[in-house]
Amino acid sequence: MSRIQLAQGSGGRENQQLIRDLFLKYFSNPILAQLDDAAVVECGTTAVSTDTFTVHPLEFAGGDIGKLAIAGTTNDVAMRAACPEYLSVGFIIEEGLETELLERIVASMSSELQVTGARIITGDTKVVPRGAVDRLMINTTGFGAVRADCSVKRIVPGDHILISGPIAEHGACIYAAREEIAIAGLTSDCQSLWPAVKALLDHEVPIHAMRDATRGGLAAVLNEWAEQSSTRLMMTEEVIPISEAVRGFTEILGIDPYILACEGAFLLSLPAENSSEAIDILHRCGHPDAVLIGQVENADNGPQVILTSAYGTQRLLDFPYGEILPRIC
Amino acid sequence: MLTHEDLYQRLRSKDSVQQLTKQIWQAVEGDDQPFRIMEVCGGHTYAIVKYGLDQLLPSGVKFIHGPGCPVCVLPQHRIDAAIQLARRPETILVTLGDMIRVPGSRSSLQQTRAEGADVRFVYSPLETIQIARDNPDRQVIYYAIGFETTTPMTALLIDQARHADLNNLCFHTNHVLIPPAMNLLMEQGANIDAFLAPGHVSVITGVDIYEPIVKRFGTPVVISGFEPVDILSAVLSIIRQLKKGLSCCENNYARSVRESGNQKARDLVDRYFELRSDFLWRGIGSIPESALQLKPEFAAIDAERAFAEDCPQAGEEQSSGCICGAILCGHASPLDCSLFAGICTPQRPQGSCMVSNEGACAAYYRYRRTQS
Ligand code: SF4
Repeated sequence: MSRIQLAQGSGGRENQQLIRDLFLKYFSNPILAQLDDAAVVECGTTAVSTDTFTVHPLEFAGGDIGKLAIAGTTNDVAMRAACPEYLSVGFIIEEGLETELLERIVASMSSELQVTGARIITGDTKVVPRGAVDRLMINTTGFGAVRADCSVKRIVPGDHILISGPIAEHGACIYAAREEIAIAGLTSDCQSLWPAVKALLDHEVPIHAMRDATRGGLAAVLNEWAEQSSTRLMMTEEVIPISEAVRGFTEILGIDPYILACEGAFLLSLPAENSSEAIDILHRCGHPDAVLIGQVENADNGPQVILTSAYGTQRLLDFPYGEILPRIC
Repeated sequence: MLTHEDLYQRLRSKDSVQQLTKQIWQAVEGDDQPFRIMEVCGGHTYAIVKYGLDQLLPSGVKFIHGPGCPVCVLPQHRIDAAIQLARRPETILVTLGDMIRVPGSRSSLQQTRAEGADVRFVYSPLETIQIARDNPDRQVIYYAIGFETTTPMTALLIDQARHADLNNLCFHTNHVLIPPAMNLLMEQGANIDAFLAPGHVSVITGVDIYEPIVKRFGTPVVISGFEPVDILSAVLSIIRQLKKGLSCCENNYARSVRESGNQKARDLVDRYFELRSDFLWRGIGSIPESALQLKPEFAAIDAERAFAEDCPQAGEEQSSGCICGAILCGHASPLDCSLFAGICTPQRPQGSCMVSNEGACAAYYRYRRTQS
């Protein structure tokens, strides 16, 4: 089996070969093909976002680190109502990584790029000695042309809050894979959200804010929104979509699905009168579970997120904190 | 084993909860009598606060949070012992995750670990066997905590360690018992009309462990599971008993609890453990025959005897205004503590009730903090 060697990252002939055989093969476009020191592009008002991806295992049900690195960053750009156009990519590869695996990951990046039409225009590869990194780390930076003003400071009392799909899918899938717990049906929701955002923007839905519920899950995003917009968010627990598999998994482990990451579900805050239109649009473009889950109110007791249960009782939905520990008795 | 259908269609179903709530309201209708129900176990406290079950009940029906969090009731000197044992050279201290941030008199296991001690947290006590096997040249100490529910697991660990001929593993025992604590609270004249008792304790011990309390104090005890429907139906049973002037020990958790409990588990516990003459409970004081220790014939694997110099005796409890003691006795609620959510948080707990998930302060912090 062929494996990546240190020489392939050191700028010499082997490095050139890796770039041509692998990266140019899958990412090819006229800008990247110039292989100059820097790419030159035209940009208007631009949304920029960077993220570094490390995940164990590298391949999981529903995706892999490559798909995650493309979708994750283009999603962050899309959340500012910007069309993801360009990406930079940096690979940090541990010496000894199977070449075949790397190729699968690069191919998966390439196919995820087709979903949004974004292009990789500059890149870098480092190969580091064993132990310096856990197999593979990928950094991507995304650039996108802003189409509307969409930011947390626009959230106002009266807004409706929607979620585009079931929560906690990615977090539960990775957690289970890592702990080697086999539960049927746990699949990462990792996907590019731009097509859905584009559909909403094309219909001129006046979205106030969007955010994908990645690390810290729904609980983190809602609490950040409440704090940054000084509002109280009233959420209806019963309607928050959670798949059976995720419910079962979180139940067994005694963890809260609200704190587990999504990689393909996003929250929207928008005027109440536009929420049913937005839900219809989302249903039509691949998000059949999109639903209204709450609304924004004045923060009389300071910013907070309140969850109303099916029984009509209320409790706080807090920021995730502490280590995830099993209950002892 | 519970299926998800059980959970959602039966034990958490909105219809059942609403129906039980209605029955409870009907049962207390026209009655000014207060119904003060102590849920002994922290698992119940957590469920009540999380699901907001108290919000569903008439104002006369009150949950009083009890002493049933095994981490919360450990006195500081026993936490200090864990820390001192962990600091011994060539030692690995193994315990359950909830112990990690519990403050002793000066430090916590988390801090001790950060200072270089080898402290490991396990999901199941039995993982300790592998740790001891992998580290034959080091002393492994299992710091055992928990109520009647977890004691059999510790006993099983001891049993397996003996069969595996592991001679680098010993035990620091902090297993405590529920009924003596209930008994003491009643002796001290606690204002409690009935007890909601934890189902998982009776899974091991059987139902009749509460009979003496029922007889002596005329206080109903209803054994309950941990889901909303379990708890509310137990509350309904309690109210019905009180209205009729009855006091019985009732098993409302028949799906898991056999009247006689689990004899095999109890035999295993009896093989290794005996009653202590008394044990200090944090905030409550010394309670006779309320905890277990290893029998004298197992002195060689008893860390308290083998490393007596590192197991301090009870001293003055350091207090910083923490009212855990009053909370554990049912005299106060976390919201009565002036440190709550300001100085005392789960990140910087000032008392043990803020540490464990089962602690009343931690449950209030997570679910009730800024609600008016
Ligand atoms: S809030 Fe903190 S200081 Fe106050 S009683 Fe609870 S644990 Fe003790």
